[in-house]
Amino acid sequence: MEFALTEEQQLIIQTTRDFVVNELYPHEAEVEESGVLRPELRDAIKAKAIEAGLYAANMPAEVGGAGLDTLTWLLYERELGRANYALHWTCVARPSNILMACTGEQREKYLLPAVRGERSDCMAMTEPGVGSDVRGMKTNARRDGEYFIINGTKHFISHADEADFVILYAATGEEETPRGKKKLITAFIIDKGTPGYTIRPGYKNVSHRGYHNSILEFSDCRVHQSQILGELHQGFEVANDWLGATRLQVAATCLGRAERALEHAKQWAVDRQQFGQQIGKFQGVSFKLADMAMELKAAELLTFEAAWKFDQKLATDMDMAMAKLKATEMLAFVADEAIQIHGGMGLMSDLPLERIWRDARVERIWEGTSEIQRHIISRAMLRPLGG
Amino acid sequence: MRRILVGIKRVVDYSVRVRVKPDGTGVALDGVKMSINPFDEIALEEALRMKERGEADEVVAMSIGPEEAQQQLRTALAMGADRAILVKSDTAVEPLTAAQVFTAIARAEDARLVLVGKQAIDDDANQTGQMLAALWGRPQATFASKVEVLGEVLRVTREVDAGLETLEIDLPAVVTVDLRLNEPRYVKLPDIMKAKKKPLDVKSFADYGVEPTERLKVTLYVAPATRSKGIMVKSVAELVDVLKKKGLA
Ligand SMILES: Cc1cc2nc3c(=O)[nH]c(=O)nc-3n(C[C@H](O)[C@H](O)[C@H](O)COP(=O)(O)OP(=O)(O)OC[C@H]3O[C@@H](n4cnc5c(N)ncnc54)[C@H](O)[C@@H]3O)c2cc1C
Repeated sequence: MEFALTEEQQLIIQTTRDFVVNELYPHEAEVEESGVLRPELRDAIKAKAIEAGLYAANMPAEVGGAGLDTLTWLLYERELGRANYALHWTCVARPSNILMACTGEQREKYLLPAVRGERSDCMAMTEPGVGSDVRGMKTNARRDGEYFIINGTKHFISHADEADFVILYAATGEEETPRGKKKLITAFIIDKGTPGYTIRPGYKNVSHRGYHNSILEFSDCRVHQSQILGELHQGFEVANDWLGATRLQVAATCLGRAERALEHAKQWAVDRQQFGQQIGKFQGVSFKLADMAMELKAAELLTFEAAWKFDQKLATDMDMAMAKLKATEMLAFVADEAIQIHGGMGLMSDLPLERIWRDARVERIWEGTSEIQRHIISRAMLRPLGG
Repeated sequence: MRRILVGIKRVVDYSVRVRVKPDGTGVALDGVKMSINPFDEIALEEALRMKERGEADEVVAMSIGPEEAQQQLRTALAMGADRAILVKSDTAVEPLTAAQVFTAIARAEDARLVLVGKQAIDDDANQTGQMLAALWGRPQATFASKVEVLGEVLRVTREVDAGLETLEIDLPAVVTVDLRLNEPRYVKLPDIMKAKKKPLDVKSFADYGVEPTERLKVTLYVAPATRSKGIMVKSVAELVDVLKKKGLA
């Protein structure tokens, strides 16, 4: 197995890091303090990101993306993940890969403008009544000739306030299976402004200032069947085919933030003196650093191995689950220890640590909770044994 | 072919806190991040802008250094240089040797303009550009903060102690660039992938008829003395008081 990075990968890391440090870091304090990413600021940074070819770099080259393999894409995600989420996700957006399922006119209307940065997407699965158990969703789409009538409520939907359209998951029927009834799910693309589709402000939350979640309400919302993404009743299949590595994307952004927290902690350990010496000379501090570095590396290896396997078409659900689980829990640990090493200063907003610590919290919940990832890992082990 | 040559030196990244080796023979380089000398990056940016404005046809990045300097040349290619030349050297290159190699390349490539950084941030010699102009027998303008191409003439604004000085020099010429000339671009992601296909020739000193001789001998590297801790004063009055006591006000 080859672990060395290629020259291109090193260059991509470098240029993404430069962008993050020069264009995103300087605005973090403003976004964190105000809780708002000003549209003018967003547009200015976005224009630079497009110019640098960083915007939508997750997408294949044939639709205008950078055409990176999964490992290289994650190296880029790791660098972006260092910065405030609202800044990197909005200004250097990565449109959902699921848009690659667009066909015919959908490509011109949604996919290509999303890659060019002219339109932006959001994705709605979760409902007040269904989170981890997505297939239990109540939101439904009833056929009416060439149209579908959609009713239901989604919540926690990231970026829906800014997005020009939503990729909505709704139940379109039921089928009998040996294990009972199973809902059939279909993905629809719905434009903002479609009658019957209302976006309400979501909840205030502890993580990711400057970014918002929303509540989406569908009340007899009529959409033409041409708005189906993929095939009817094949919503999860479309997601499986294209969404693929989003859990690895979460893992990679966690690696970047953990690395940044560790950098601060290392520096503080040599700069801060107590009892007449650098605090890093105390075993109580230095052993923390050793554990943080080791955990970070372990998460990195799991993530990058899964990425490599993904490209070889060898990645299993368990590989992805392990990477996501380890990286998100590692970040929580590293962020917490970095604060501990800083003492009181670690909690002050002058340093990025308190927000890395706050932001870390959501990572163990979205894209599948830690429990769900453990469930996936354990099922993969036990099922072959008849468990 | 209006060709611009740009010198690209591999140096320790500006953000690295260098450590002197315990035996004083140099600074520790293992595992240290290396980059293009920042002034050379500015030189390259200027060359690329000239090409984009139609004032040049080809931009060639050239470096003298170890095998690994290919990384910096790849970066230059990804930024937009058309091709690159690495002259391999496994030992430190003195300014005169660099100037001899660059002169030979300038002649072999029939260069119209050679752009180099005013100095490299490792040894801060600030000599290569000047020596190159002398050896090549062409005009030079150093510490450029603005460069305009006026046909066969280059108008260069220089940063000098007294302010700004503007020179007009005939092409072909050598220009060494200063910090304020421009702000280098980000390497574009798609261009990184394309850079791999651009030619990078690896050459030897012999290919350019240069025999590197050691004229300079470094006797010792020492870290600068650590500055003693400052004191905090509570008011302007107290500050003036302290300065007076030290005989500074
Ligand atoms: C900030 C934020 C942004 C989000 N953005 C989006 C978005 O853009 N689009 C979208 O569709 N969704 C989004 N989500 C929703 C997110 O994916 C869900 O929160 C997540 O799937 C968990 O669902 P839940 O919150 O309803 O928790 P629940 O599923 O109710 O889980 C509650 C607890 O029960 C545990 N649990 C549930 N089932 C099992 C089981 N089988 N075994 C063991 N434990 C179990 C969970 O691990 C958890 O600890 C977002 C969430 C947040 C917090």
